[in-house]
Amino acid sequence: MSVLVYTENWDGKFKKLSYELVSYASALAEMLGTTVTSVTIGETDDNVLKELGRYGAEKAINVTGDSLKTLDNQAYAKVISDIALKEGSKVIILANNNSGKALAPRISVRLKAGIGSGVSKLPLNLDPFTVYKRTYSGNAFAHLVIKSEIRILTLAQNSFEVAEKPENIVLEKVQSGIDGSLVSTVVSETQKQSGQVILTDAEIVVSGGRGMKSPENWPPLVELAGLLGAATACSRPVSDEGWRPHEEHTGQTGKIIAPNLYIAVGISGATQHLAGVSSSKYIVAINSDKDAPIFEAAQYGIVGDAMKVLPKLVEAVKNMKK
Amino acid sequence: MKILVCISNVPDTTTKIRFAEGNRAIDTTGIQWVINPWDELSLTRALELRDDPSNGIKSVTVAHVGNADSEPTIRKALAIGADDAVRVNAGSSDAYFVALQLAEVIRKEQFDIIMCGIESSDFNGSAVGGMIAESLGIGSVSAVSGLSISNNQPVMTREIDGGREVVAMTAPMVAIVQKGIAKEPRIAAMRGIMMARTKQIRVYEPVPAEPLTEVQVFEKPAPRAACRFIEPDNPAQLIDLLQNEAKVI
Ligand SMILES: Cc1cc2nc3c(=O)[nH]c(=O)nc-3n(C[C@H](O)[C@H](O)[C@H](O)COP(=O)(O)OP(=O)(O)OC[C@H]3O[C@@H](n4cnc5c(N)ncnc54)[C@H](O)[C@@H]3O)c2cc1C
Ligand SMILES: Nc1ncnc2c1ncn2[C@@H]1O[C@H](COP(=O)(O)O)[C@@H](O)[C@H]1O
Repeated sequence: MSVLVYTENWDGKFKKLSYELVSYASALAEMLGTTVTSVTIGETDDNVLKELGRYGAEKAINVTGDSLKTLDNQAYAKVISDIALKEGSKVIILANNNSGKALAPRISVRLKAGIGSGVSKLPLNLDPFTVYKRTYSGNAFAHLVIKSEIRILTLAQNSFEVAEKPENIVLEKVQSGIDGSLVSTVVSETQKQSGQVILTDAEIVVSGGRGMKSPENWPPLVELAGLLGAATACSRPVSDEGWRPHEEHTGQTGKIIAPNLYIAVGISGATQHLAGVSSSKYIVAINSDKDAPIFEAAQYGIVGDAMKVLPKLVEAVKNMKK
Repeated sequence: MKILVCISNVPDTTTKIRFAEGNRAIDTTGIQWVINPWDELSLTRALELRDDPSNGIKSVTVAHVGNADSEPTIRKALAIGADDAVRVNAGSSDAYFVALQLAEVIRKEQFDIIMCGIESSDFNGSAVGGMIAESLGIGSVSAVSGLSISNNQPVMTREIDGGREVVAMTAPMVAIVQKGIAKEPRIAAMRGIMMARTKQIRVYEPVPAEPLTEVQVFEKPAPRAACRFIEPDNPAQLIDLLQNEAKVI
């Protein structure tokens, strides 16, 4: 029966996200009285796969094949669907990230399985199978009933604690039978960020808005992020102005993130901005206007001039580290 | 080549969401309906491609699954510059239902590039685009932040977590678009608004399809605790609270 979880291969490794997914799958398997099987596509080392056992997977399936070297939505969705059928999985779990969003809907059609996307907690009810789903860009949540026999859930990043639950994991290596004709994606170039903390992975994010006044004022913000091991982000007008790169823009039309800590500097807190960050566990706002709406979303606030507050914060973090 | 842009009709993004019917539906009183922001940008990009003859795009059609109430949104897309429109006359009950309707439209009318947004700002499903592609058995590229035509073939930039790739795919295919696809949404000019009145909206009745999901009830997110203010000349206190109270650094 098993809960099937798609653990994405990231250059032969897993990210923390995969352990969150397995931890979630394992808590759900316990509710359902079943076990967790993971599926990973592309060459992955045995020792890497075995790590999934620490978080509760009892079986890790690794599918490889020449036609699966890069993500092709159609081929990958078929691989995962075939395994779900073979394993008799009743629930399939993916991350609510780029690849999860690309694959879940295709698996849904293949298996006639309803999707609960962007869930952040365990199902509210097993019969009928009801999940708690973000809607209206974070302004509401729905109790969504998934009526199909197989259900697909995509888990919002950083919403479920990684929990250890060691199991004796069995590895299964599968050579895919997918033939090249199903693969239609031709990748001609790949660029990957290196060095920096990737925004969607970050547990702490320091973000600047128009209140930062000009791109020359960013160094203390970047320094603060560096000291905290944080990623940097910004509001939309800041990236529109070209003060910061587009990858940093958070909000409804930018990246949707849910770090443990989001520090918003000189950001007013427009609903469209909050739509991308309101699931953060803690929000800190630094703003010169005490009535800025961001303070309604924040747990901690400093009313003051960012240019004066940021250097002091940098000092305070340096002192903390001593 | 023909482009189809799938548009969803959503409350304006600044709307204060309220519910009605025992919290089973959104309270539509006073709501301003707009084209889903992603779809507005994808329409803009489709029109830019059409307007450059070297791309060989014959037409841009918009499609929407919804009741007659949503016609103003479709007219707006026509006013912005779409050539014609299709509406499937049915409430948009769930992503699977909507996708099967759109797939049927595509089977009937044949498009080469089908564009969908990465998510609707109301249901946040990130589902319809991928479901259309799978129903038709054609390829899809997701998280597309750039689309152009090269040698009669769609070439896209797709975002991967922490990077990007350039990919090509033979049409027909579905491009699921996100930030970057166009800079600013194109706005309807007076001439466009006049012309939209005479453009055709073809209405189809839905094909039978069983929704896979159903909203039981909506609720508002739990209110956050009131903000705790720290003096601007004492940020050390903030660091202390983050470290020892919130335990996030
Ligand atoms: C369809 C649509 C989608 C959108 N999507 C997004 C999105 O995804 N992301 C997004 O961010 N926006 C989005 N927006 C724009 C959004 O509505 C706001 O305009 C934007 O978020 C405002 O950015 P800001 O807070 O940086 O600037 P402002 O609103 O100008 O706020 C600047 C803030 O800085 C404060 N300030 C000024 N000086 C100082 C100082 N010296 N020290 C400290 N504080 C200072 C001010 O009090 C003010 O609160 C969208 C809008 C629309 C219509
Ligand atoms: N009722 C609808 N009619 C036409 N297209 C839709 C409809 N609902 C969603 N879409 C398309 O699917 C995308 C993703 O929507 P969703 O799966 O609801 O997040 C949207 O950006 C639209 O392109």
